[in-house]
Amino acid sequence: MQRIGVFVCHCGSNIAATVDVKKVVEMVQMEPGVVHAEDYQYMCSEAGQAKIAAAIQEKKLTGIVVCSCSPRMHETTFRTAAQRAGLNPYMVEIANIREHCSWIHKDMEEATKKAVILARAAIAKVNLNTPLKPGESRVTKRALIIGGGIAGIQTALDIADAGYEVDIVEKTPSIGGRMSQLDKTFPTLDCSACILTPKMVEAAAHEKINIYTYSEVEKVSGFVGDFTVDIRKKARSVDSSKCTGCGVCQEKCPSKKAPSEFNRGLNTRSAIYTPFAQAIPNVPVIDRENCIKFKTGKCGICAKVCQAGAIDYEQQDEIITEKYGAIVVATGFDTIKLDNYDEYAYNQSKDVITSLELERIMNAAGPTKGHLERLSDGKHPHEIVFIQCVGSRCSDDRGKSYCSKICCMYTAKHAMLIRDKYPDVNVTVFYIDVRTPGKNFDEFYRRAVEEYGVNYIKGQVGKVIPQPDGKLLVQGSDLLDNKQILKEADMVVLATAIEPEASVRKIATMLTASIDTNNFLTEAHPKLRPVESPTAGVFLSGVCQGPKDIPETVSQAGAAAVKAIGLLAKDKLMTNPCTAKADELLCNGCSTCANVCPYGAISYEDVQVNDHGIREVRRIAVVNNALCQGCGACTVACPSGAMDLQGFSNRQIIAEVDAICR
Amino acid sequence: MQELISRAKELLENGTVARVLGWKAGDLPYNPEPAFFTQAEELKDFVYNGFCGANLSKYMIEASKLEGKTLVCLKPCDTYSFNQLIKEHRVDREKAYIVGVGCKGKLDIEKAKKLGIKGIESVSGAEMTDDTDTLTFQTIYGEKTCAYADVMLERCHVCKGKDHMVYDELIGQSKDTKDAERFAEVERIEAMSPEEKFAFFQKELSKCIRCNACRNVCPACSCRKCVFDSNKFDSAQKANTDSFEEKMFHIIRAFHVAGRCTDCGECSRVCPQGIPLHLFNRKFIKDINELYGEYQAGADTESKAPLTNFTFDDAEPSIVTKR
Repeated sequence: MQRIGVFVCHCGSNIAATVDVKKVVEMVQMEPGVVHAEDYQYMCSEAGQAKIAAAIQEKKLTGIVVCSCSPRMHETTFRTAAQRAGLNPYMVEIANIREHCSWIHKDMEEATKKAVILARAAIAKVNLNTPLKPGESRVTKRALIIGGGIAGIQTALDIADAGYEVDIVEKTPSIGGRMSQLDKTFPTLDCSACILTPKMVEAAAHEKINIYTYSEVEKVSGFVGDFTVDIRKKARSVDSSKCTGCGVCQEKCPSKKAPSEFNRGLNTRSAIYTPFAQAIPNVPVIDRENCIKFKTGKCGICAKVCQAGAIDYEQQDEIITEKYGAIVVATGFDTIKLDNYDEYAYNQSKDVITSLELERIMNAAGPTKGHLERLSDGKHPHEIVFIQCVGSRCSDDRGKSYCSKICCMYTAKHAMLIRDKYPDVNVTVFYIDVRTPGKNFDEFYRRAVEEYGVNYIKGQVGKVIPQPDGKLLVQGSDLLDNKQILKEADMVVLATAIEPEASVRKIATMLTASIDTNNFLTEAHPKLRPVESPTAGVFLSGVCQGPKDIPETVSQAGAAAVKAIGLLAKDKLMTNPCTAKADELLCNGCSTCANVCPYGAISYEDVQVNDHGIREVRRIAVVNNALCQGCGACTVACPSGAMDLQGFSNRQIIAEVDAICR
Repeated sequence: MQELISRAKELLENGTVARVLGWKAGDLPYNPEPAFFTQAEELKDFVYNGFCGANLSKYMIEASKLEGKTLVCLKPCDTYSFNQLIKEHRVDREKAYIVGVGCKGKLDIEKAKKLGIKGIESVSGAEMTDDTDTLTFQTIYGEKTCAYADVMLERCHVCKGKDHMVYDELIGQSKDTKDAERFAEVERIEAMSPEEKFAFFQKELSKCIRCNACRNVCPACSCRKCVFDSNKFDSAQKANTDSFEEKMFHIIRAFHVAGRCTDCGECSRVCPQGIPLHLFNRKFIKDINELYGEYQAGADTESKAPLTNFTFDDAEPSIVTKR
């Protein structure tokens, strides 16, 4: 029989104002196994912990229940306190009478009753608890960064500067990401490439950083500290060790009709290409779908003109298997597809463009060499209309419910830059709200309005109608003046919502990192652990976690790096002892548990068993304690009840339920 | 049947198999029972006719542990169970010599009795060589006849087909006897109000005497130790303590076999109380088909069972509700 102590916390008035803590103490004393019960104002305080330690020693307690806040808050505190007093930490259970009780109830009598029930359940569980011992696992001192945009580059640099090996896996032919496509950055208006490329160069030159471009993560196994990752290095068809990056192959390539991904399809590129001038590595890739040699077998011009003999049509995809201690996801974003927004005529008129396309048009290396012109006829526009929140803050299924966060600022930037360079161009912005919370952000927006005379109209646009003369008729409303507006424009720019890069779903699944309904990766705690995924050893950097601008992305990237460094700095990790275990005598060897295990933690062994005198060799499930995350999927799938979770056994859970239903 | 017996004899005598698993006559003309034969001369007692409903695949769990191969006679629908047992590593394919026996629909003597045919002394028309149109009973009240199909087991009216999913050789002709909708009864119950449903199951399950026949015959209930027999769980042997426990037994059993049940119908066939137990399993099968696409447990030994496989495409709760 256990000797259980129950400690009821007031949490100031957080609990005590709604729960009669004295009554809880009185009631739990009648529960089986309870030999001690007391209340205190703040159990988590030094004094509170001392009370627990004293009771453990004086009353020779074998288990304790702390009725307090969520175990996510102070479970570790109380477990450590108990351990210091000589008790196995897994003999501590928390009854959450704050979040689950006092905070959600108003009536004291009801709340007290519920607090007693919750305490009873925890007591019933402790009665069946057994001491558990954590195991140890090693830490591979190497980090993997998935995504080579500014987030991934910054995280990689920070981790590498701390002295750890870092691999960046980037699926496109060059690192740089979205930031490399931008022209200027708000609110300082520095040239995006000018501040990004030094970072790219630094990453490429760093002795601790290894970059795999044109590569994708194919398979992830293992666990925190000891991940094994397969990286598919797609065939570039160019030998990186020989290529000098002279660019002749691209000039001579006769196939020049492939839409340029870098320029958002606004112009074309050759089949052998580097996405942009400052690409790292400066080694082209043959896009086999558009290459004449690969399509017809004839051509081979690039191989003929290459002085270095770097072209290799026979090159195959290569799988690299590497071990990592930490993985940082930095997969970034894309703009949403505008198929649901026919009213803006994006698919009908070349002069209706997204803001990211405008970035390319404004950029000197872009399809128009930086000249602002209509894509339909190359003419200089005189009226430009910007439409905000296209697909953002959307209340129906067409778009996204969230605010994309960056659009207000980049639109102010675009408007300002256009007015500055082309004072003859009128710029009108239709908006729902202008959101500028950031250092020097509102000042920036006000400059656009006050100094540059950008016409901001509060109201949404209902329709954009392409006219026979090539103009665009914009039909909107002015909510402040309460009138309908019909405006002729030469160009319409849509502040298109951003969404996580499509490949993140696959990556999240491989990493068993959870994602929300919008495909953003979920953080372990929205406030207190914002750069960690709930999956141990997986960290989040940049927009894959939620919309962010560049400064925010960079600071989050640094934070993710610090968390990863904190992990890599350890030599060994304690493993959670709450893992699954199969009862040899009950196991059928049916493989059901292995089939449902998301972590590949279960294998089978032929084991000699002695089942009440029957000696035979049986196929038995064996759990790898380092891989097992204690999710419990196997315990519910097991038909014979052989699989059980240590620390959360079926018996313990049923005892809790029984105690609640008593 | 003669062909089957002579082939079994041959295989026993030439040492290909160490024993034969089939049926032998029972004490009445309509209750043959599963039997092992180890000597060629014992095979004189071997029978195989329309009353041999028993699914022999489950016996292969124990037979797999014996020395040598076992010749097992499997009807088309039994082969699904055998495949499922291979998938769950409960039988050893190498230890089985599967003779796929022909099947023209199996009989339920209770249905004959319901037609007023009682005091049966002998039956004709149920042999494999018969055309299985009409059954003729010699009873103490004289000769009585009825249509073969009127006495067929429920499962044969929703026959999965005449093909064997796994076998070493085939003997005898089979017939697809399907003449009813497999999920019609499930749909009828689904359409009921919660009160009506409760009343329906209350009425059916209150007949249960917890004899465990359904569990013992079920090829999916192949656990070394059933949770209802183990002192490790609070679920052990709560027979008839109250009506709730009784229902729990059947509901827990249905959950345990969900996704693994091949719908062989043995549970309902052996229930001495005539409870349509297969309806629980069939409801699960219907739901699986609707949620994950058509799936037939035991159709092969490789495919992944929708309920018990983790895949990267598994729907997350948020996706099930909206997306």
